[in-house]
Amino acid sequence: MSSMPFYVSPEQLMKDRADYARKGIARGRSVVVLGYDKGIAFVAENPSRALHKISEIYDRIAFAAVGKYNEFENLRVAGVRYADLRGYSYDRTDVTARGLANAYAQTLGTVFTQESKPYEVEIVVAEVGATAEEDQIYRLTYDGSVADEYGFVAMGGAADQIETGLKDRWRPGLSLGDALGLAVAELGKDPSGGPDRTLTPAQLEVAVLDRERPRRCFRRLGGGLLEALLSSDDPTRDVPTEDDPTPGRHDTLTGDGAVVRDMSSNPQTQLDDAREDDVQPE
Amino acid sequence: MTTGPHAGKLPAAYLSPGSSSFTEFVGDHAPELLPSRRALPPGSTLEAPHGTTIVTVTSDGGVVMAGDRRATMGNIIANRDMEKVFAADEYSAVGIAGTAGIAIELVKLFQVELEHYEKIEGTLLSLEGKANRLAAMIRGNLGMAMQGLSVVPMFAGYDLERNTGRIFSYDVTGGCYEEHDHHSVGSGSLFARGSLKKLWRPGLSGDDAVRVAIEALYDAADDDSATGGPDLGRRIWPTVAVIDAEGVRFVTEDALTAVVESVIADRQGNPGGAR
Repeated sequence: MSSMPFYVSPEQLMKDRADYARKGIARGRSVVVLGYDKGIAFVAENPSRALHKISEIYDRIAFAAVGKYNEFENLRVAGVRYADLRGYSYDRTDVTARGLANAYAQTLGTVFTQESKPYEVEIVVAEVGATAEEDQIYRLTYDGSVADEYGFVAMGGAADQIETGLKDRWRPGLSLGDALGLAVAELGKDPSGGPDRTLTPAQLEVAVLDRERPRRCFRRLGGGLLEALLSSDDPTRDVPTEDDPTPGRHDTLTGDGAVVRDMSSNPQTQLDDAREDDVQPE
Repeated sequence: MTTGPHAGKLPAAYLSPGSSSFTEFVGDHAPELLPSRRALPPGSTLEAPHGTTIVTVTSDGGVVMAGDRRATMGNIIANRDMEKVFAADEYSAVGIAGTAGIAIELVKLFQVELEHYEKIEGTLLSLEGKANRLAAMIRGNLGMAMQGLSVVPMFAGYDLERNTGRIFSYDVTGGCYEEHDHHSVGSGSLFARGSLKKLWRPGLSGDDAVRVAIEALYDAADDDSATGGPDLGRRIWPTVAVIDAEGVRFVTEDALTAVVESVIADRQGNPGGAR
């Protein structure tokens, strides 16, 4: 019979918690977030169509996570609430990834030191800028540390190995097709040195923050469009500028035709657009 | 903002599992931000700008909503280029009559409400669901309505289940009623409704529905001083939203100019638009 020790050093306590969180995160499949010429791409190995690892937070901000679903889903909902409340009480342009990353960092840090168990999650908050130089990618870990990443991030079980691969092969200005190809190839590598797997579109959850779209930049990619982007002999290298014409949610692009959608159809921006139209040529 | 070692962390309300309604979240967490939670001094009324006439017309495969641009305060024109028709989300639009300040705040809240639900749930609300959410917001405003700050919106959207355009009207108590074919609210609505009865036909094309809506607004402006007609000098035309299977879009200024000019031309020497 062993009894509980009366004193555990803070170093040991924190180390135990970190090991616990790291183990939980390492069990899951990985997620890659990487910049391409027209935005930021998110690629997750995730066979589920309903339980997302990647989501929209706000107009130009998206969220990706690995680890325990209920914990990162909780953080995602908190992020949407944070962003929507901030945008409602100030202005849509006042919602930034930096502010959200700070709030997440404080939350994760508090849970890590004060709760009985740390969150077993790692998350990325990314904001697409007007140019690639203005893109922001923040990576947050279970203990509340924040890292401001440039270009690419990998999270999950095989993160270190994927990051090594991305360091060699990622460069600024990749087309979306090339960026996705790179991410999928790295995700398919076996960390224990076995043969590479070829991931099919059905095993992937893919989304982009497309800097050229008005207002809501987040789009999921699926169907024929994703297949075409991932196939090396197909010439498709980028997402279409228009959304799918099929009635329903317009946040998923499947490449089944395209329809011209007016910028003024965006709620909350129509007034500004109308003002621009009102300027009469001299 | 709180201070302390973890000042910037997300408040507990953000992390608590709960509803996917933004209004409910704000009501619990920051009720002072909701237009309906503001207390007014009892027994007083005040004068504030009022928005006026909105018309909605169903067409073949969609619905058209148009609003004039005038806001009045007593006998004063408070604003001559106010927008009173807004896209609520991809498939619906909301037009407002009543106290402009509160109405615009309600529309803003309604837009965030719909987008918030969409992001949290990963699916679109049904059209009835959207109409009922708006009803709940109007109901919350009853206290202010009794002091003269009423808001009477009209909601129209494309129903993705039935593949048709549908119209919902409201009263100040938050009653929500589905209207058929066409409807109008606001100070000029009596005249607009009369006009719509004579002009509307089943199966109107989208373009014809736009013309009918503009003509109804013209008739409303003809007899109601609070409704603004087309302002030729400043080139201010009504706001017109078309909602169909492709979503909401606003008719461009060039297209509106053509319709307005043809309506005016047809009324030369025939001011009532007799057919």
